[in-house]
Amino acid sequence: MAFTAFSQSAKVVDQAPKSKSWIALILLAPGIAYMLLFFVAPFIQLAITSLQAPAEGHGIGQYVAGLEFINYWDAIQQYWPQLVRSFIYAVIATIIGLLISYPLAYLLGVTLRNRAMLQGILLILVVAPFFISMLLRTLAWKSILPVEFIGTDGSVIFGLIYNFIPFMVLPMFASLQALDLRLVEAGTDLYASPVTVFRKVTLPLSMPGVVSGTLLSFIPMSGDFVVASRSFLGSTDTAMIGNVIESNFLQTQNYPMAASLSIILMLAILIIVATYVRRSGAEDLL
Amino acid sequence: MKKFGLGKALVPVVSGITLIYLLLPIAYVVAFSFNARRGRNNILWNGFSLQNWQNPCGAPQVCTAFGNSILVGVIATVIATVLGTMIAIALVRYKFKGRSTVSLLLFTPMATPEVVLGAGLAAQFLLAGVEKGIGTIILAHTMFCISYVVVAVKARVASLNPAIEEAGRDLYGSPTQVFFRVTLPMLMPGIIGAALLSFALSFDDFIITNFNSGTATTFPKFIYISALKGVPAQANVLASMVFFGALLLVIIVQLVNINRAKRLAKI
Repeated sequence: MAFTAFSQSAKVVDQAPKSKSWIALILLAPGIAYMLLFFVAPFIQLAITSLQAPAEGHGIGQYVAGLEFINYWDAIQQYWPQLVRSFIYAVIATIIGLLISYPLAYLLGVTLRNRAMLQGILLILVVAPFFISMLLRTLAWKSILPVEFIGTDGSVIFGLIYNFIPFMVLPMFASLQALDLRLVEAGTDLYASPVTVFRKVTLPLSMPGVVSGTLLSFIPMSGDFVVASRSFLGSTDTAMIGNVIESNFLQTQNYPMAASLSIILMLAILIIVATYVRRSGAEDLL
Repeated sequence: MKKFGLGKALVPVVSGITLIYLLLPIAYVVAFSFNARRGRNNILWNGFSLQNWQNPCGAPQVCTAFGNSILVGVIATVIATVLGTMIAIALVRYKFKGRSTVSLLLFTPMATPEVVLGAGLAAQFLLAGVEKGIGTIILAHTMFCISYVVVAVKARVASLNPAIEEAGRDLYGSPTQVFFRVTLPMLMPGIIGAALLSFALSFDDFIITNFNSGTATTFPKFIYISALKGVPAQANVLASMVFFGALLLVIIVQLVNINRAKRLAKI
């Protein structure tokens, strides 16, 4: 199934890689050229844009090459509340998302391991949201939730959690599905309480899934601008950094500002993720 | 086998609540595709009706946007699947300098927030003076789809037994024959899975599309634009059609898999 492609840890057969590098080159060249042109070059362009200066007579969207490092300072000074808010939202949503997704992943991967039919049905239900427009589902919440709740911090976090549950569940399910239940049994035989067994055996062994699930949710959440926008679950008080980048780029056409904020967002995520990965002892899991 | 702890009731109860949380909006979207029409409003329930299903293109622009999404999804998927599969084979099968750099290059887009990818590409198109439209949406979608295809197909390539290809060579198959008659068919389930994933990602993408679409509209962009005034019920109909179509496809694939597993178990 397409969406469990990542969760089915296929058996790795020992394949000694051949050193016919010219074949590798032919296979790689078109794809790598594409990525250099449409991923690496845009990144460099973003960095260049972030340092641009207003053109003389400064019309809307008019900028010239420059080395205005002050753009970064301006960006932070003007938009630090939105930047901080994005990360607070994303952290809270990731933690709550993890707490409500883990039991579901456990049910799928451990409890229902020997009941293929039921497991299959529930897996389809977990991936079902992928088949229906994310924007329509978010709008549906706007109608289902009480009007007074819309536009608050709570409703935005609620929407963020909602959109990323499948991204949490699937990697954790893959880890728990691969968990050797004999280890759990051994723990029980040694008179460990269920809580101890969970804390010392199950959880550590499912850490790869927890780490990739949380990262797969946290990163897109912190850059999201649909949920927090005013026509969805947010208000002017809930703008996230994604909303700011979008409006600076597409509405006010302040390209250097949008570019500086993008680079700052990227760097902040890099620092947070690196710290998290080191703290969770997951360097070798990735 | 013993029942394993973790609070016997806690797991099913929390799972049930999470599943309801997950599925409630889907039920809402489907239900409101049957809402009787009264103006553009599709927020209040006006009673059951089939009129939206009888005329899914009834609202202005909705089918153009839907058609654009399918067009973009198909083209981006075809290009991304071909390029991504080639890269995946090279990464697993061949030793070459800079292999880890190539892996990193393909992994990074998945670990970059979409808003950054979108803004970067838009800045690039701005500099190059390329006018934004369907073409730039396709270029953008292909880029992020390649990464996902590589990850999905790599797993499949890594699980291939090289002995089968060896057998092909022993039977005097030329390298091209072995590739097209042995390797590729064995990779097919992975490639098809990757293509479906890629299409789904492209079809539902809004953030990157919004930055690179100019005046062109896709289905998600149509919903975003009409969100403020009220999304017409026809959008719910089209979304529900896609939902049931995909669901059917997945159920068929799942049944085939279970059947195959049962047959294998007998051997």
